[in-house]
Amino acid sequence: MKSAVIVFPGSNCDRDMAEALKLVTGRAPEMVWHRETSLPDGIDLVTIPGGFSYGDYLRSGSMAAQSPVMRAVREAADRGVPVLGVCNGFQVLTEARLLPGALMRNAGIAFVCRDVALRVENSQSVFTSGYDSGEEVVIPVAHHDGNYQADAETLDRLEGEGRVAFRYLGQCNGSARDIAGILNPAGNVLGMMPHPERAVESAHGRTDGRRLFEGLLEAVSQPA
Amino acid sequence: MAPYLRSDGRPMKTRVYVTLKNGVLDPQGKAIHHALEGLGFGGVRDVRAGKLIELDLEPDVTEDAVEEMCRKLLANTVIENYRIEKAERAA
Repeated sequence: MKSAVIVFPGSNCDRDMAEALKLVTGRAPEMVWHRETSLPDGIDLVTIPGGFSYGDYLRSGSMAAQSPVMRAVREAADRGVPVLGVCNGFQVLTEARLLPGALMRNAGIAFVCRDVALRVENSQSVFTSGYDSGEEVVIPVAHHDGNYQADAETLDRLEGEGRVAFRYLGQCNGSARDIAGILNPAGNVLGMMPHPERAVESAHGRTDGRRLFEGLLEAVSQPA
Repeated sequence: MAPYLRSDGRPMKTRVYVTLKNGVLDPQGKAIHHALEGLGFGGVRDVRAGKLIELDLEPDVTEDAVEEMCRKLLANTVIENYRIEKAERAA
């Protein structure tokens, strides 16, 4: 599997993402700087890592969403290439309108940095096929703006179409309906606040994130 | 659309106010409200926090262009409203 990690000024989980991809896929991803106007040929997976792109200026993810590379990411997403945005990457995807809604300041104002329990709500996507539906997993979060909000109609649509991929078990950041991760209508774009790349080897203390990458590898490797 | 111009033809400084839409929860406003109460200020019913963005524009920048700036970047219209205010640059 040929993967890419998009790097913005202020990204700081790009190396974690690269290590996780390398560990699971056996192949180091291409690191793609935000000024690039195209992605490497034959890319099977695009990841947008966590961090504080552009210092979270204006709104988290707002500047990065306008970067030249995001046009290429949008085109890849339109072609059906899986796009995974984690934490700041999720914020970038909502700001780029590749995913609906917005990620606002945490309801409790405080930065939340801890392991959280999640329920896998949909195991049918390319991102979640390594899990069982309804399964509970523990993956760490570390964010200030993870409070997912959208209007009631959008939330109902997300729920009705099975596009809520992960849900917090219990209060985390004030997110509407405890939403932790959502899919686009085609199911090939996932944004999530928890960091699966920080739970892929025993030294991390937890490995529940690893199956996300393993599932992706399997899904992408299968002939269409 | 007419460009933003002062009567003497010099550009004006334009202000964009970005505020959260009604009904959108405002954790920062809530914290400020709480802090004001902590300081002993009574009678504050609600606090909403927003942003003020000042633009120093060339004279040929149209109102349409400023609207587009707001929609594309300055405000996230999923959760925010914006208001554009033309203001003269201080002499």
